[in-house]
Amino acid sequence: MNDLQDLYQSVILDHSRNPRNFRAIDGANAKAEGYNPLCGDQVTVYLTLEDHLITDASFQGVGCAICTASSSMMTQQVKRLSSEKALQLFELFHDLVTTAEEFDIDTLGKLAVFSGVRNYPMRVKCASLPWHTLKAALEQKEQPVTTE
Amino acid sequence: MSVRAPFNLDVIRADFPILRRKTPEGRTIVYLDNAATSQKPESVIEAISQYYRAHNANVHRGVHVLSEEATQAYESARQKVAQFLNAPNERNIVFLRGTTEAINLLAQSYGRPNLGPGDEILISHMEHHSNIVPWQVVCRQTGAELKVVPIDEHGVLDIEAFEAMLSERTRIFSCVHVSNALGTINPIKRMVSRARSVGAITMVDGAQAAPHMPIDVQDLDCDFYAISGHKMFGPTGIGALYGRAELLESMDPYQAGGEMIKYVSFEKTVYNEVPHKFEAGTPNIAGAVGLGAAVDYLRSIDFEAAMGHEEDLLEYGRQQLERLPEVRLIGTAKEKAGVLSFWMEGTHPHDVGTILSHEAICVRTGHHCAQPVMQRFGIPATIRASLAFYNNHEDLDALIEGLKKVKRVMLG
Repeated sequence: MNDLQDLYQSVILDHSRNPRNFRAIDGANAKAEGYNPLCGDQVTVYLTLEDHLITDASFQGVGCAICTASSSMMTQQVKRLSSEKALQLFELFHDLVTTAEEFDIDTLGKLAVFSGVRNYPMRVKCASLPWHTLKAALEQKEQPVTTE
Repeated sequence: MSVRAPFNLDVIRADFPILRRKTPEGRTIVYLDNAATSQKPESVIEAISQYYRAHNANVHRGVHVLSEEATQAYESARQKVAQFLNAPNERNIVFLRGTTEAINLLAQSYGRPNLGPGDEILISHMEHHSNIVPWQVVCRQTGAELKVVPIDEHGVLDIEAFEAMLSERTRIFSCVHVSNALGTINPIKRMVSRARSVGAITMVDGAQAAPHMPIDVQDLDCDFYAISGHKMFGPTGIGALYGRAELLESMDPYQAGGEMIKYVSFEKTVYNEVPHKFEAGTPNIAGAVGLGAAVDYLRSIDFEAAMGHEEDLLEYGRQQLERLPEVRLIGTAKEKAGVLSFWMEGTHPHDVGTILSHEAICVRTGHHCAQPVMQRFGIPATIRASLAFYNNHEDLDALIEGLKKVKRVMLG
């Protein structure tokens, strides 16, 4: 069995206990809600976009440690990225938590702490929910996205 | 029927092969997810295997020896289920996939033709989604209205509100006997009697009751009662609906096809008799045989002693959990069966479930297909340890130790 500490790394626990950018953005011009019906995780992602550049990102919601930490770190990482780059980062992150044996640490940066998630197939959706929600916000989807 | 052996937990545990299995790390499985599905005794596994090895054929068709044996095995399982529920006759028993299908059948075969605008269906706030959504569907189809009896902070039904909500508009009362999310045992006999007095048809979801208490549909005097095989030590994909004979007779078929007909021409079809009218297509014969074996098993053990053992475990688990300051029990009714549902402050149930799984402890974390219950208590999910009579005190000790580990990992 895999070591629990691979999943609950101290960086992840820190972000789950003290999530960064945990707020609504007044006047956010992109926003989406995400929901994981399996466990009840719920996240709202707020973005301020200026010419396809993400100048501010935040989130609110209730979720497990993995979902909260993933939301927190995602909002830090996508700030000052173009929406195109942010979506590319989602692709890399998705590979990281599902299949990737090797990953591009230069691009992923701190997000590499989520590599342990791929050993827990039931928890992949916890980590990816905020990213699906970010994508929906960038694509201006009005219906809440779900992981199902 | 063989003589009942005295309740010996070691003997009982030895009947369930999965309780001996180990994880790749050599840990013994601690199974506390019985409300999701129960484990199966050797006799059930063997009955299914033996059916496929020796008797497999289609039922009610053909005159060959195997078809006769398969039909005999299938119909004898129906008799066993009828006896288990104390139904007057095996014709009162319809084999279905489980409680979900039973409620859907009732909603469509009874509800849809008999309901209209102004009519009400009464359910409770502690229903499983399977006793909510089929009624919402039939309300949309017919214009009937769904009414919900509230629950209090202990997870107990508000009986005064129930009484006040009953009226001649109440056409169907459908309620859970034992709540899967809270463990609450409802005073179902009294409620059925009150609902019938205003002329309502009564349906009891017995999925969580059957593994924990004797069921007597004649004593309850309900019109319908549904069980799921896999919750009561039988296989998945098989369950049964008890129905009052005159109601079953008057109802339309649920699905149409083979088996459910007496005579078919392109001009006219005559339906088969009850209960076959409701069993279109080749049924789950092996499942029924397995369910029959599960009933035999339950009748072979000292069930009263098993219930007493379970009550001891529930009380022990409650006391141990209450010693952990972070734990808040959800569902604290006096009348409870088999379920310890709780919230752990500073953690999320999903993380708790993953960490417990590392210790080979199987609990359910989530909303237990009862999201309105979660909404009532203002939480997204709970951790649920649910018991069967084969559990022991060591299982609960392992749970408590596991929760202490959760505290170390998550709370530092």
